[in-house]
Amino acid sequence: MANFIDRRLNSKNKSTVNRQRFLRRYKNQIKKSVSEAINQRGVTDVNSGESIIIPKRDLSEPTFHQGDGGIKDRVHPGNDQFSTGDRIPRPPKQQGQGAGQGDASDSGEGEDDFTFSISKEEYLNLLFEDLELPNLEKNQLDKLIEYKTVRSGFCAEGVASNIDIVKSLQGSIARRIAMTSSKRKQLKALEEALLALTNDKHDNIQKKRALTTEIETLKGKIAKVPFIDTFDLRFRNYAKQAVPTSKAVMFCLMDVSGSMDQATKEMAKRFYILLYLFLSRTYKNIDVVYIRHHTQAKEVNEHEFFYSQETGGTIASSALELMNDIITERYNDNQWNIYGAQASDGDNWADDSPRCKKILEQEILPKSRYFSYIEITQRAHQTLWKHYQQVEESHPNFAMQHIKSVADIYPVFRELFKKSTQSAA
Amino acid sequence: MTNKNNTAENIKNTKTTPLDDTPDWTFELLEQYQHEIARVADFYRLDTYTNQIEVITAEQMMDAYASVGMPIGYSHWTFGKKFIQTEQNYKRGQMGLAYEIVINSSPCISYLMEENTLTMQALVMAHACYGHNSFFKGNYLFKSWTDASSIIDYLLFAKNYIAQCEQKYGINEVEATLDACHALMSHGVDRYKRPQKISLDEELKRQSERAEYLQSQVNALWRTVPKKEQQESENKYKFPKEPQENILYFIEKNAPLLQPWQREIVRIVRKISQYFYPQKQTQVMNEGWACFWHYTILNHLYDEGLVTDKFMLEFLHSHTNVVAQPEYNSKFYSGINPYALGFNMFIDIRRICEHPTEEDKEYFPEIAGSNWIDTVHFAMENFKDESFISQYLSPKLIRDFKLFHIHDDSDNNYVEIGAIHNEQGYKKVRHNLANQYNLSNIEVNIQIVDANVDGDRALTLRYTPHNDVELGNSKDEVLKHLHYLWHFDVKIIQENKSGEDKVIACCPQKNKDD
Repeated sequence: MANFIDRRLNSKNKSTVNRQRFLRRYKNQIKKSVSEAINQRGVTDVNSGESIIIPKRDLSEPTFHQGDGGIKDRVHPGNDQFSTGDRIPRPPKQQGQGAGQGDASDSGEGEDDFTFSISKEEYLNLLFEDLELPNLEKNQLDKLIEYKTVRSGFCAEGVASNIDIVKSLQGSIARRIAMTSSKRKQLKALEEALLALTNDKHDNIQKKRALTTEIETLKGKIAKVPFIDTFDLRFRNYAKQAVPTSKAVMFCLMDVSGSMDQATKEMAKRFYILLYLFLSRTYKNIDVVYIRHHTQAKEVNEHEFFYSQETGGTIASSALELMNDIITERYNDNQWNIYGAQASDGDNWADDSPRCKKILEQEILPKSRYFSYIEITQRAHQTLWKHYQQVEESHPNFAMQHIKSVADIYPVFRELFKKSTQSAA
Repeated sequence: MTNKNNTAENIKNTKTTPLDDTPDWTFELLEQYQHEIARVADFYRLDTYTNQIEVITAEQMMDAYASVGMPIGYSHWTFGKKFIQTEQNYKRGQMGLAYEIVINSSPCISYLMEENTLTMQALVMAHACYGHNSFFKGNYLFKSWTDASSIIDYLLFAKNYIAQCEQKYGINEVEATLDACHALMSHGVDRYKRPQKISLDEELKRQSERAEYLQSQVNALWRTVPKKEQQESENKYKFPKEPQENILYFIEKNAPLLQPWQREIVRIVRKISQYFYPQKQTQVMNEGWACFWHYTILNHLYDEGLVTDKFMLEFLHSHTNVVAQPEYNSKFYSGINPYALGFNMFIDIRRICEHPTEEDKEYFPEIAGSNWIDTVHFAMENFKDESFISQYLSPKLIRDFKLFHIHDDSDNNYVEIGAIHNEQGYKKVRHNLANQYNLSNIEVNIQIVDANVDGDRALTLRYTPHNDVELGNSKDEVLKHLHYLWHFDVKIIQENKSGEDKVIACCPQKNKDD
């Protein structure tokens, strides 16, 4: 006896729960792996998931099992050279607990790490868990600038160009039926009476005449009901709906003066990658503008931004000015969510720092959703830091952090964007 | 279609029309093959549970894999890990999926994978639906340890119960309990007692009573502690009275601070472990039996002219891969392939019955020349791997496999060849190979010897080494899990060479020694 059952259409994701359980349990290891993997990425590469590596020992499921030592008797197949009593030097120990492993197979392919892939969503969620975009709530209303016109039913008044013919004629038919139905009933009755009289043997001339006049009157009344009336007219109604803009522009500002070495730039790059990934969770379209500066600022492409070396002094305000110009020129702050991220080693021409502060406070910050400044240096802070500190105190959408080494980047990033319970200053 | 008239009754035709052998299968074709296979299986007296053959996709097969073949599994991260591993390996092409999974239940559920060709489906049906199925129904271990008709209900009960617990007590708590139970899973088996049969209704009915009763029982336990001091010293209360090998059972019944729902989870894991216990003990036989029958049945169909040459070539190709035994110095070698050993042993038994040599008559006087069908059925029904090998491994097979025995004593810096495939070595090789499948040699012997109920409630386990093999490294981790369930100190003792008991592991870890 046998019954066949086709299960192919049943859900195939029976193990999804278990997979989620697994991710949940190893969240810490996975997060670590995720934050390490961030270093390998290009700034705008957000479409891929990530492969996760977890050391195998962390995943072990312990059991009581036999360990080393003692006497072990094993039987193996394929004897090609041994005779009873042969003594062979003990082969090198294999990895793991090789209960069933052949003693002679020395090429134990020990896999040390457990590697698997997570999807893009899982990746981003893990990477930015507990983080949120700053000031979203506060600015939300201001940002509802862009409107979309949407249909919203019909209304009785409107301009002629919006007349909906079908709806209007439907109204017309309904009205005509409603206004004439009782008259039609009367008419029908009269006509039947007239017919009856006509078929009568007698000449009911008087009665016939009376009926005929009545019928004529009724027909006239019915005919007078207008085919279409202003009452019937229906106009398409439109409403304006506010749409939050989903466009964002991210300004990457970096000091490329002689004091910034490649290692420092790499650190900055990681920070920008994180920011980009983070923004890409919220916004569909993100423009990235790279501005590098020494004494002069210049808009460049990604490669040039990270890999070209310049020398010379540093005037940070030049970059801020350029950023402001670009905003005015291309990124209307009504339509774009503007984010700025500035990285520097803290060197700046001393007289320039107050100017930076001024541009930020007066021009950039009012237009931006968030502006972050990271200082990558091992040395003591200089004037730029001090002036920026004043900015930070008075502006909730400005944040600054200090990065000393690569390991700081991710924590600092989290610090900048952590879900804040602080009320806006 | 060429096989219109292909019902079983066309025996009159000497020239039978072969079944369709297109690679793509359809349900009608599967029915036809199934019908023929069933007929042949019946001819060979294979007694089976009703077959429930389910066609699934590769993804579903991976799901089934991940839950160790349980059709309904509770949620746990280890299954997720298994799933991810399987998926990774499959995607990288490092491994193919098994062609089938079969579940010891009544009706016997087997999964056929959609991707298989028609030939493979026929192979799988003969292998799983008639081979494994008849083994589950006939072998004495399965008969006495598992109840095929109730397992699906029980798994369903377990899944729902655990899901319920997760809602009530939180995922973390349940997960920790399950982790602890899994660590002790292989010590949750009654090796010598026969478990009771259970039905879902009964199980549900009993579950709530049991929860309350157990708790009261545990409390009562402490009241039994003798009060008089002198009596105590004279006649020290010893609990448990005898060493307990079923650690999970002991925990379920006696752990003082375990919540009722935790006891139930311990019980669930224990039951599942018990259910799988016979499969552990009969791997070689079970696979061998299934391979033997898919081989025999399909060859029978071929002899009848029901399957084509093309079909047979594809079948033999897969069959040969399955029963291949790499040699010890091959890079593919990973121990003895149970399929190869089991299949060849059954084939060999048939050979001994049908064409015995002088050597066979000497080694197997009772079966040489007997009816082979009776003999293989007897062998399938009454043995487990260990006894099967020591009973039926013939010198010819030892020669064919070129088996040799390595004696590895850690006191020496060399290993020694104990025996090879020659006249002097046959019995020794056979003895050692049989021992290799003796679970009591493979699984560690660890038993609860004392629960110190009148003192600090510390739990003591004794490890009795087999052949002086030490207890593996993860013992400390396992002990942490045991401690989680027991809540008081736990330790493992082992008798050292001078006959004293030494603590080899304890939890919580202590600096001072006792």
